Amino acid sequence: MIYALCIVLFLLGLYGVLVKKNLIKIIISLAMMNNAINLFFILLAYRKNGVVPILSFLQPNANLYETAVDPLPQALVLTSVVIGLGVTALMVALAIRLYYVYGTFDITKMRKLRG
Amino acid sequence: MGLLPLFVAIPLFSALLLGFIEHKKGIMHTLVMLTTSALVILAFATPLQRGFYFVGGHHPFVGITLMLDPLNRLLLIVVQILVFVASWYSIGYMEQYTAKSRYFSFVFLMLAGMNGIVITADFFNLYVYMEIATIASYALVAYGGKAHELEASFKYLVLGSISSLFILLGIALIYSQTAALNMMVVAQRLDVTNPITWLIITVFAAGFGLKSALFPFHSWLPDAHSSAPAPVSAILSGVLIKVVGIYVLLRFFYNIIGVDQAPLTLIAWLGALSSLVGVLLAMGQHDFKRLLACHSVSQVGYIFIGIGLGTPLGLIGALLHIVNHSAFKSLLFLSAGSVEYATGERNFHSMGGLAKVMPWTNAASFIGFTSIGGVPPLNGFWSKLILIIACVSSGQWILGLIIVVVAIMTLTLFPKIQKYVFLGDLPSKFRNVKESPWSMILPMLVLCFFCIVLGALVVVPVLRETYFLPAVQALLSGKWLGVFQNAP
Repeated sequence: MIYALCIVLFLLGLYGVLVKKNLIKIIISLAMMNNAINLFFILLAYRKNGVVPILSFLQPNANLYETAVDPLPQALVLTSVVIGLGVTALMVALAIRLYYVYGTFDITKMRKLRG
Repeated sequence: MGLLPLFVAIPLFSALLLGFIEHKKGIMHTLVMLTTSALVILAFATPLQRGFYFVGGHHPFVGITLMLDPLNRLLLIVVQILVFVASWYSIGYMEQYTAKSRYFSFVFLMLAGMNGIVITADFFNLYVYMEIATIASYALVAYGGKAHELEASFKYLVLGSISSLFILLGIALIYSQTAALNMMVVAQRLDVTNPITWLIITVFAAGFGLKSALFPFHSWLPDAHSSAPAPVSAILSGVLIKVVGIYVLLRFFYNIIGVDQAPLTLIAWLGALSSLVGVLLAMGQHDFKRLLACHSVSQVGYIFIGIGLGTPLGLIGALLHIVNHSAFKSLLFLSAGSVEYATGERNFHSMGGLAKVMPWTNAASFIGFTSIGGVPPLNGFWSKLILIIACVSSGQWILGLIIVVVAIMTLTLFPKIQKYVFLGDLPSKFRNVKESPWSMILPMLVLCFFCIVLGALVVVPVLRETYFLPAVQALLSGKWLGVFQNAP
């Protein structure tokens, strides 16, 4: 169920990208899509009443493997967040330059390229 | 196999170094040529057999695995040669722009990303390399900074990010199904009868289809590839769409899912549609580079037809067309860039008679046009012939007919441009036009050489046995059944 909600969030972001006319709203929608997938990754790793996946020699936990949450998706999400940051920064920079050139954020007014 | 990480490390390191030598042009050019030529030599020095490299010495279930087999060896060689030629050309061409060292940094980042995609055998690593390559390409498309370039880059950026997110969703679903990211382990554990697997196939086909401009997703390609500087267009059209889109789809369908005819047939028909749409779009253009970019859509369609047939002959045609298209389309982009460099003009209706003042560019684009039109014995002829034979022999007459129709339309399209640009009377405003410098002509001649001889890849038995058939065999051997030689 909760996985389906992630997909709903993803599709909402997709709707925003495809329908909205404002550059900033498009950027926000893309960030939404990205976060939906990050959330999905984190939920994959989640385990009810799970423990922190740290192997400690001071407090050995014999059944860590059975009880810990999966640490790999967390590492992946960290990478994906950083990539998302880079993409968003580039998009905002382009949006600023486009604003200087056209004086608007409305994509329907930017039509140098046709066909 | 110790060579493998160098394909990513060398360009990354050079991209960093270039930031420090912004104002020393001589050193910068030497560094660029040294890096790219070293990578070409390295690509030829890679071993022929399949092998693995385990990053950090971890077991493949835990760490990242790099892989080399005949298929990605072929692609590595193509990528290195093309980037070498394009960087050589850029040394002269990029004089019209500022911040040349930053340009080369982006090109090397893109190269590192592409090499990473080709050699990796890990899904998330693939995603990271893909983002490195495509983010660098977004920046390179906007490199001129003019209104239409920014607009094209934004469009490309939005659609590229959507496709990347689809791919990331697919990777998340794969991880949820198999608890693994290594491609070989995934290939063993993925259950094709499970409906989630079909969701993964759909999401991946949409994501990589968008990246490679397959038919319903092709709208970004003409803008992005025509707005970039000419050598970047050559890299984007020549190798980036093939490495990021087509290569990964090939691997996914043939080596990870195992061949299944239903999605492949759909891909073949989408390929046929995009070859028709691409060539029809190209016919309506009057901008030299935009026409070439639209025509890339149709050639990608050819490659997808070959992939979708699923027969050995179809795959031979598709792989040969990947190699050939990267030779002749880059050659044409470079000669369009050379014309633009000399005249400052891209609309070919207002040109004419340039053959008198630019004889070398004229010769280069003539070879490019005849090659793309499929005139024997140039390379375009062989791949189209093989694709047509493959379609007919597997009973897909309509697909074969579409290929023939598109090939005829291409053949009528390009002599027209040759006539508009290079033949006829020289307009008075172009009286003082000079031929481009040798640093731009020599790379074009290298690509001309490849256009002439690449047919030998299938005709000459030694080359066919060494380079080509093993690559097809790597795909046809079907699902990977987890053989890690000497895993730690």
